[in-house]
Amino acid sequence: MTDSHKSQVEDLHLVNLTKTFPNGATAVDDLTLTIPAGSFFALLGPSGCGKTTTLRMVAGLEEPTIGRVYVGDKDMTTEPPYRRPVNTVFQNYALFPNMDIYENVAFGLRRRKVADVDAKVRAMLDLVELSTLGRRKPSQLSGGQQQRVAVARALINQPDVLLLDEPLGALDLKLRRMMQIELKRIQVEVGTTFVHVTHDQEEAMTMADTIAVMNLGQIEQLGAPVEIYEQPKTAFVANFLGQSNLFRGVVSGTEGDNLVVDINGVKVALPTSLAGGRSGKLVLGVRPEKVKIGSSERAHELPRNQVTGVVTDASFTGLSTQYLVRAPWDQELIVFEQNLAASERFENGAEVVLAWEPRHSFALDADEDLTAGLDEDVLDTIDLVADLSAETES
Amino acid sequence: MSATLTAPGAPTNAASSPEPNPPKKRSKLPYLLLAPGMIWLAVFFVIPLGFMFATSLQVPINPDNPDKGYKPALHLHTYFDAISQYWQIYLRSFAYAGLATLIGLCLAYPLAYFIAQRAGKWRYVMLVLVVAPFFASFLLRTYAWESLLSDNSWVVKIGNFLHLLPQGRILSTPIAVIFGLTYNFLPFVILPLYASIERIDPRLIEATSDLYAKPFTGWRKVTLPLSGPGVISAALLCFIPASGDFINARLLGSINDRMIGNAIDQQFNNVRDYPTAAALSFLLMAVIMVIVTIYIRSAGTEDLL
Repeated sequence: MTDSHKSQVEDLHLVNLTKTFPNGATAVDDLTLTIPAGSFFALLGPSGCGKTTTLRMVAGLEEPTIGRVYVGDKDMTTEPPYRRPVNTVFQNYALFPNMDIYENVAFGLRRRKVADVDAKVRAMLDLVELSTLGRRKPSQLSGGQQQRVAVARALINQPDVLLLDEPLGALDLKLRRMMQIELKRIQVEVGTTFVHVTHDQEEAMTMADTIAVMNLGQIEQLGAPVEIYEQPKTAFVANFLGQSNLFRGVVSGTEGDNLVVDINGVKVALPTSLAGGRSGKLVLGVRPEKVKIGSSERAHELPRNQVTGVVTDASFTGLSTQYLVRAPWDQELIVFEQNLAASERFENGAEVVLAWEPRHSFALDADEDLTAGLDEDVLDTIDLVADLSAETES
Repeated sequence: MSATLTAPGAPTNAASSPEPNPPKKRSKLPYLLLAPGMIWLAVFFVIPLGFMFATSLQVPINPDNPDKGYKPALHLHTYFDAISQYWQIYLRSFAYAGLATLIGLCLAYPLAYFIAQRAGKWRYVMLVLVVAPFFASFLLRTYAWESLLSDNSWVVKIGNFLHLLPQGRILSTPIAVIFGLTYNFLPFVILPLYASIERIDPRLIEATSDLYAKPFTGWRKVTLPLSGPGVISAALLCFIPASGDFINARLLGSINDRMIGNAIDQQFNNVRDYPTAAALSFLLMAVIMVIVTIYIRSAGTEDLL
């Protein structure tokens, strides 16, 4: 592949991109974004957040209401799809059922009258490890094989940008994990910019160098997976990307490099460097796997920030145990305790101490909606559980 | 527990079961379901067909006066006479039906494509409009065309004004017959096309465009092959009835535009030469079967899926 590579891959720029549909719904709302050449970029968000519409505007399958799409310095906004240096791996692949695998992969080359079609198709089928299946029809292939054909059919055109629209959504979990690694390998090998649309946060984190978390047509946060995960900037990101325990609190003083935050009467420390200049009211968050659980006698062995509570649910998942713990102010907290030989197990009703290192906290603005980014079904379940436990108590 | 849970009608249980009836009843069901259709076809199609074949081989009781009736015989010569006398009319029938099918496909394909892929919420309204002509009788619609194409109609006047009509008229010309056939069988062309285009995933069409195919190329390489089965059934549903039609040629055509349906009609109802009429009908069936077989073979349906 390398010898036939284009001299330069171009950055993708989206400027003030907006899409309002005839029914008045705004799918994408004033989106400005630069995706650097050669990066693996994930657009992550729940369904209806505008990520697919964004992708379709880049592909030329949807026309922006306002805004421009540039590849390098070339304005592509009004170019039809067949004149853009961009190819798409469609959801459910959209392989041409009337052609065999070889012809599917050769399709783009033949349209552009490229020389050496045969050699290129063979090299591409080798890259995706399908060289023996060239004469099969798409319907004779498994889901994972079809997925690789779809990637090959797009990549063979050496686009500046490869767009992937939920490409792994139709595969089962194990195959999806394998294909994630496979896609990442291919991306590294060819060096093309990949823009990957997904609602699966684990998939986005596994594959992408940079993730843009989208909500309601806008980008909530953009950054490397670790950065977004460890320091989410909004409650939506904190809840959508993984899970979070979020507390409303007030800064009540300082203590060395830490702010002291009062959450419902419990004083916890938050490193000043992580507070983002906030003072007064704020939201303090901590990820469930950062929280240690222990009995009250051993509280002195646990980290600095401590909250007491009662275990209301313990589910063993193999590599960890997930506890739900009710804090004195009736908030359910989530804890993932890794399954180590030394870990103590707690039953429902056990009085426990939850504790975490101050440096594992993150801070959000006080006006954040703490339920943003939670699934509606999850919210319903939380309400239901609260109602049930209220009934049992009374 | 496990024995009582065996699926009903399972073969292993049938022998030991004290009541061996249920599985047997079950196996008769497909035949029962088939029976009404089979009986219908036997009584109203196969048996009359046999009678008609026998008729086609009969000879007149009194060769000088056919009105005396016909008697059973094995007179194959009727077929040879029919071919030598009527081959031109056969050719004309297939040419008219073929042209009507071709024009029908050209008109119907874009319409069916639009309804199936672009019409959105108007899809069902448009489908009702497509079949709306069926609410009026076939005969009535053809009479309407007769007056629409008559020499005094505005259609002909405009056509003449624009010097589009070499003969100065439409009625009683082959054009009128072909257009009449096209019009009357158009819904039969649109509906199968619609059904096949509607099944095509719009993302396939987007994918052609994404892979550098201009709209026409994308259509030729993907949409058309995928709608192939629809094109074939549309063509057959138009061509077969149009070949045997006699109303359009009678009402819209001149004596020189007669189709084989008119010849059969005339032999049966006017001349009362039943053997010739029956032989003409059988020849029509035979030729249509040959044409259809060649057409399906050459269209290569097995390659479409």
